[in-house]
Formats: sequence, structure tokens, C-alpha cells
Amino acid sequence: MTTVENGVNVQALLDARNVLKDAPEAAQFTWRASSKWQHGVHSTTRIQQFFGLGAEQTHKTEAVFDADHPEVFAAEDNGITPIEYLLVGLASCLTAGVASVAQNRGIQLRSVESVVEGQHDIRGILGVDGDVRNGFNDIKVTFNIDADASKQEIEALVAQSQKRSAVFDALTNPTNVTVEVA
Amino acid sequence: MGDPTIERVATVVIGAGHAGLAASRFLTERSIDHVVVERGEVANSWRRERWDSLRLLTPNWLCRLPGQHYAGPDPDGYLTMGEVIDFIERFAILSGAPVRTGTNVSSVRRTDDGYRVTTSRGEIHARTVVIASGACNRPALPPVHDAVPASVEQVTPFDYRAPEKLPDGGVLVVGASATGVQLAAELQRSGRPVTLSVGEHVRLPRTYRGRDVLWWMDASGVWDQRYDEVDDLVRARRLPSPQLVGTPERATLDLNALTAMGVNLVGRFAAVRDGRALFSGGLRNVFALADLKMQRLLDTFDAAVEGEAGLPERPAPTRVPESTRLQLDLRSGEIRSIVWATGFRPDYTWLDVPVLDAKGRLDHEGGLVASPGLYVLGLPVLRRRKSTFIHGIEDDAREVIDHLAGHLASRQ
Repeated sequence: MTTVENGVNVQALLDARNVLKDAPEAAQFTWRASSKWQHGVHSTTRIQQFFGLGAEQTHKTEAVFDADHPEVFAAEDNGITPIEYLLVGLASCLTAGVASVAQNRGIQLRSVESVVEGQHDIRGILGVDGDVRNGFNDIKVTFNIDADASKQEIEALVAQSQKRSAVFDALTNPTNVTVEVA
Repeated sequence: MGDPTIERVATVVIGAGHAGLAASRFLTERSIDHVVVERGEVANSWRRERWDSLRLLTPNWLCRLPGQHYAGPDPDGYLTMGEVIDFIERFAILSGAPVRTGTNVSSVRRTDDGYRVTTSRGEIHARTVVIASGACNRPALPPVHDAVPASVEQVTPFDYRAPEKLPDGGVLVVGASATGVQLAAELQRSGRPVTLSVGEHVRLPRTYRGRDVLWWMDASGVWDQRYDEVDDLVRARRLPSPQLVGTPERATLDLNALTAMGVNLVGRFAAVRDGRALFSGGLRNVFALADLKMQRLLDTFDAAVEGEAGLPERPAPTRVPESTRLQLDLRSGEIRSIVWATGFRPDYTWLDVPVLDAKGRLDHEGGLVASPGLYVLGLPVLRRRKSTFIHGIEDDAREVIDHLAGHLASRQ
């Protein structure tokens, strides 16, 4: 196991798990994004601060995300569409999970690639047909993994990464959402 | 010391099921004076808290208690509830267990030299106490059951006896452990269309390479794995019961079998919103997890008999339905009743000793509770993976009573 190096500090994660077992209040995080309308359907969202481990925390640098609609929607395409950000979240969350689980199980990864496809019927958001939902109908993730492991072990990595994924859970299970005007 | 009118014994055993009776047997062997207090009758839960069609999951040849084993004509069959009750009653009689039936324990408190056990028939002072009141005293319902519209009848496995007791029409069975799959199958057969809500589950074929799958659990040594050898003990102790049923046909009752019967599978029951049940979209992954774990277990079995005749078999992967429903309108009349097969919890409301953790679980190390002289038997993976099975109690009870005897001897 000592020879496996996927770059994930699994010991720190396992230590955190032990500490937080008896300190559930420290495990409460708040993630924040601040968004500003630019023009048309273009907006810019910035992320730097979050709360966790009982204190305000700061990312090393501020991250800036532009969202817009593509030209086929008669927009300027200053950034990806909001729903594509969900694909970014899902792919990166599952990939992080694969790396962490592999490190914990002593599996050396050589490459982990995935393609995420979200099927979307836009008649919903356009109000063409009230029976069509606004969001994705179906999401498919296809992993291509090269690692020192059997096919079954790789499948188990991917299954375990879904089991422990925040974004997979957020997409597959309902979440209460409150939207207010300040 | 104390009130001379209070009865004093070395040990009070709480519960006259197979676990309490096994404890009693080892106490008797060591001439430790004790009583077994039982709220109802011997084997009470088997009499009053099970549905009509239930049979034991373990084949008859595995039915053994200290000094007693199944001697009937059908070693590969599975006992009905009536037969289980007879088996346990016979054990109580043959081992001469000092059982006091109809004696409900309302409190156990520490004293300077042991415990004060308050029962519906008076107080007993015991230097040691063995909790053998079971792991399944009350059904565990997820909070979401509160949000189900009143027009839908809700039952737990404790209320459920047979399909005829439920209204006609659709049934939503929540949970795919042994209880959930068995009730889904019999409700579907009764003509009630069943939707089964499936979370993480344990898939097992009934037979593997010609033998009962529990023969393999026994022969491969998996069942004898000790609690201090298990990687993730918390997880092992929370594992749902495997998808098994005891039938004369030795049929497999996995999700593929239920799909073939016409049962409609949906994801984990996540929420009720505006009268609609919402299910998780993660069904594929709970199938994958269960299939992978089953494969690993079968690999273990194969390794245990390497070189022997017969080839490894692998059941087909769990079939993913073409489309799964993510929501169901509970007010539409499609679903007339919900069966919550979402597990059971022990009841320790009578235990006035601070030995429960934040989640209400008993703090114990292999049956030695974190209070000197207090012991527990019959919980999942108490000392071994087989702890909650009838044949699994013998080793656990012997070792726990060994420790108890040492405790008594050290404080004479």
C-alpha cells in the first residue's frame, strides 16, 4: 500500500472521520456562491469563502464562473449553460471519489477519464409542454479507468465513489430549496 | 446488605428467547443461581411479532442450540414459526431453564454491588444481568412516514400478518431486506400490484453450487469471523438481512425474481412532497453495490473449496428496469397501503444504566457492556458474524457466561 501514490491524503481523511464522529457540529459546512447578472442571460458567479470546522474559511484564490446560453438559444455564449455546471460537479465529484477510494484500497491509478451526458428536453423550460420536466431526464457517466486492478475492483471503485458522492446524492435525491428576495 | 425482603440472585437474564435460554443453560452448567424473566411466554417474539408465512432463513440442519439439534425428517427444509416455537420451547424444558413468564422488566439500575431489576412482579437484586431481549423489539420507521397522506394505510412488519389484512389495490413496500422481499412477493401473488422501494441491500442466491448458501457461510468460515477481525464493525452490525426466503422449493428471491413476478422496483424512498412520494435516482448503483458484494462473497466461497468438483456459478446481474419511476402520487389511489420493511431496533427504554451511545446503541465489547457485570447477547455481529442466527448463539453465550462467571468469582 505504501507504493500507491494517487495524490490523495487518505490518512488525513480517515483522521477527520474519527475526529468528526464525536464533533458533529464541526462537520457542518456552508458552501457559498455569489452571483451577479451581467447582460442578457449572462451572469458571473464568484466563489471564495465558505464556512466549516466551526470557522470561516477561504479558498486560496477566488474562482469566477461565467454562465450564459449558447448561440442556438439566441444568446452570446459567454460561458457554459447553468445546467452544464451540474455535469462539471458530477464528473469532478465522482472522479475525486475514485481517486480517494483507490488510494484507500491500495490501487494505483494511471488514468481516470469520464464522459458525462445529460439528456435534456428543452420543451420543459420553454413551456412548450407542461408534462416535460425542466431538468435532466437522464444522466449517464462513462468511466475509462486504467489502473493496477481487476475489472471487478475498478467497478467497485466507481460504485463506492457514487455511494460517497455529494453531487451524486444531490442529483439523485430531492433537496429542499428556498429562494427568497432579500 | 439492602432490603432483606428483596429477592437476591447471582444473575438475572432478561428474555426467554433462544439467546436468554442459551445463557441460562451455561449458567446452570456452572451452578450459577439465576432467573430468566420474560415479559410474555418462551419465544415470545416468534409467537407475536412475525407474519404468518414466515419460515426460518437457515436450513433445518443448522438449527442447533447447546445440546439440541434438529432431528426431523427434512434437514434441508426451513422451520415454520410454529416449529421454531416448539424447538425453543423444547430447549427451555430440556435445559430446565428457570423462566418466569409474564414478568415485564420496567427498570434496571446500578447498585453498589450489582443491579436492581424492577419487574411487574417485584424487584430482584442481581450481581450480574444478561440482556437477551432481542435486536428487533420495534420497527424502525423513517421520519418521512409522517408525511404520508392519511388515505394510505401504513403498516409495519409487526402489524402485518397476511395479504388479506391489507386493502385491495396497490402496495408500496419500502425496504428490500429479507422482510421486504418476502412481503413484496406474497403481496404481489395476492393480486395486489407491488412497488418495491430499494435502498442498499444484501443479495444472496438461495443455493450456490448445489448447496444452501448458508452452508457456504458456515463451511467457508465467514460466519465464524470474529467481531474484532471485521474491517468495519459499525457497518457490519448495521447490515440489512440478506434477500433470502425459506421455501420448500429453495427458491432464490432476489430483485430479478421479483421483477419476473411483476413487482415494480423504484429507488430509495427519499421524501414526500405535495402528497407525492419521491424516490432516489440512484437505483442502478445500489444494484451494482449489491452485485459486487455478492460476487466477492461467492469468490470467497470458491476459494474455500478450491480444487473440488463443480464449477463456480455467477447469478445474472440485477436487471435495471427500462425506466424507473422517481415519484408516485400517494393521493391518486394507485397505492392503498405502505408496508415499512425498514428494519428494527432494540428497545432499551427500561435500561437506567448510562450505556447507550449518541445513536441509542448499546456500548459493548463482544457482549461485555460498558458497566461491570452487565452483559448482552443476540445482537448483530456481537462476537461473530453468525451471532444473530439460532446456531450462532452457542459460542457467544458460552464466552459471555465464561466472563460473567469470572466477574462473579472475582467479587465473592
